[in-house]
Amino acid sequence: MTTLTTTTTPTTAPSSTATSARLYGLVAEFENPAQIVAAAEKIRDKGYRYWDCHTPFPVHGLDKAMGIQRTILPVLVFVAGAAGCTTGLALQLFTNSFNFTIWALVWVTGYPFLISGKPALSIPAFVPVMFELTILFSALSCVGLMFLMNGLPKLHNPLFTCDRFRRASDDRFFISIEARDPRFYRSKTEADLKSCGAAAVEAVVED
Amino acid sequence: MSTIPAHDIDNTGDVPGKRAALVLGHTDFHQVTNTICRPNETRKPPMAWYIMFGISMLLVMNLGFVVHYLIFTGVGVWGLNNPVMWAFDITNFVFWVGIGHAGTLISAILFLFRQKWRTGINRFAEAMTIFAVICAGLFPGIHVGRVWLAFWLFPIPNQMAMWPQFRSPLLWDVFAVSTYFTVSLLFWYVGLVPDLATMRDRAKGKVQQMAYGLFSLGWRGSNRHWHRYERAYLLLAALSTPLVLSVHSVVSFDFATSQLPGWHTTIFPPYFVAGAIFSGFAMVVTLAVPARELFGLKNLITLRHLDNMNKVILVTGCMVGYAYGMEFFIAWYSGALYEKFAFMNRAFGQYSWAYWIMVSCNVITPQLFWFKKVRTSIPLMFILSLFVNVGMWFERFVIIVTSLANDFLPSSWDRFVPTWVDIGTMLGAFGLFGVLFLLFCRFLPMIAIAEVKGVMPQADPHWEGWHQSHGAGSNPAAAHSANGDNS
Repeated sequence: MTTLTTTTTPTTAPSSTATSARLYGLVAEFENPAQIVAAAEKIRDKGYRYWDCHTPFPVHGLDKAMGIQRTILPVLVFVAGAAGCTTGLALQLFTNSFNFTIWALVWVTGYPFLISGKPALSIPAFVPVMFELTILFSALSCVGLMFLMNGLPKLHNPLFTCDRFRRASDDRFFISIEARDPRFYRSKTEADLKSCGAAAVEAVVED
Repeated sequence: MSTIPAHDIDNTGDVPGKRAALVLGHTDFHQVTNTICRPNETRKPPMAWYIMFGISMLLVMNLGFVVHYLIFTGVGVWGLNNPVMWAFDITNFVFWVGIGHAGTLISAILFLFRQKWRTGINRFAEAMTIFAVICAGLFPGIHVGRVWLAFWLFPIPNQMAMWPQFRSPLLWDVFAVSTYFTVSLLFWYVGLVPDLATMRDRAKGKVQQMAYGLFSLGWRGSNRHWHRYERAYLLLAALSTPLVLSVHSVVSFDFATSQLPGWHTTIFPPYFVAGAIFSGFAMVVTLAVPARELFGLKNLITLRHLDNMNKVILVTGCMVGYAYGMEFFIAWYSGALYEKFAFMNRAFGQYSWAYWIMVSCNVITPQLFWFKKVRTSIPLMFILSLFVNVGMWFERFVIIVTSLANDFLPSSWDRFVPTWVDIGTMLGAFGLFGVLFLLFCRFLPMIAIAEVKGVMPQADPHWEGWHQSHGAGSNPAAAHSANGDNS
């Protein structure tokens, strides 16, 4: 953690030039999926923690090569779906089956409709809306949680200052290792990345 | 960086043990990006785009006019009368919702079945879905007459202490269609995010960088993100699959739960779903054929993709034909006088011309797709897909109008004739769809860039080309001969 500011002179004001800015990390470029999978296995085995692979499409086998834990997203989506189903049932029972008054931002009262002689608790007729709300809640939480867990609506990242990195969304494969990683030493990490067959290694600074 | 002219390669054959190439002529990922982004990055779209956009825009202006006229005057400006209280409005609604089904089918069901060819067409099929549901949503919105009270559809507390009637299929429809729209939009957007990031990274202008940058949410292709992304995508597919089947089932409940002969049938939910997929795929072919010609996407939306879609059209067309036959059988087998009359009246009554247009376009002409020559002929499939679009519009018209116009009592029978407002609204919806779709073609990647790269043989870390020349400077073109081998 103390090796972060290798080239920084602390007394100068932050400037945009690369020489005086804080180092964010190193980025290594690879040319094809085979190389990045092989490299990811080596970087994983060296014990880095704050590192990542950047690929234009999900590369098969890279999760395993990086040692990524399976996400708990499906469990959360199930909970959201169950909440949606319950909401659907509660909404319909309250509005169409009973005569309660509750406070939901305003005072509202249920109204037991009598429609074509159906009973007040006509659960089968309530199934379609319960189903739709289950899907709606699940899908919204699925997408919302996926982006939140990825920390995503975050438009800026130091990696975007690296021109080479633009190809990460096109046809190149990158490994980034952050300077905050306990095992990060600029020269050693650079050598590690080069030894994995990186076509190029570049330093990225925070701005 | 021009596209490699390889679209004359025939990839429609089936060799056992070998998968057909889904991406022709592209030997590396960069070429794929270039081909897909070019229509969005060129300064001027093709002339045909301007012509289509102009026509669509005129139709949208006409739509604005007729809708205002309707709202300010009342639904009497339509050709509705006492027995025929639903006609063009609900016909168009069901037609557009049906069109929308192919998008979700391609994105969800084909994804679960691991049909890799979906990647070439899923993006614009999903876009088509969203725009079709927008057009569909217009009609129930305006057909209520007093549009300003449309909020009564939703359970919003109000001073009258009134609630929607949740035992009505019409209310189920509100929930089904709005859920469907939301989930389709999410699915589409989730698929778009990595591609918007690609567009952002390639954008030259400040405005483009800002716009694509904002909507790509800062996506940086992180594999930790891809991991959750792929999970979420799979979950969305699994959630959309029952949803897509439920939506048209619920639409069919609008009819099936009523007592009217011709509507009161249990076959409606599966019959409507099959018809929806049928019409949706036809619309995808109708849009894909000109789009791949105009925007140079022939190597990504290959003849094999079109061939596969035509097979789906053939299968669902046969299902629809079976449903037509079964309706007649049940009408006869039920022994119900009114039911028998309703169907004889459909085939030989005052709207028999519409019925026979429907049968010819939906059942007879799609049978030509049994022949591979027809399935792989661009002009023929385009014409047949247009026929299906026409036929499916008439199917909804026949179901709705013939059943209502001649119901139980001959004294209350009447005849529906559309007015110019009816026809103007119908054409206007096509214009709205056209404008949205053309804007999409201009500003968003029409093909899922990341997904297409993922189905290329080169995307596999174990692809032989990567191991022949290990290390830096491997030349993918050297292994071009292996391009067709995706196994």
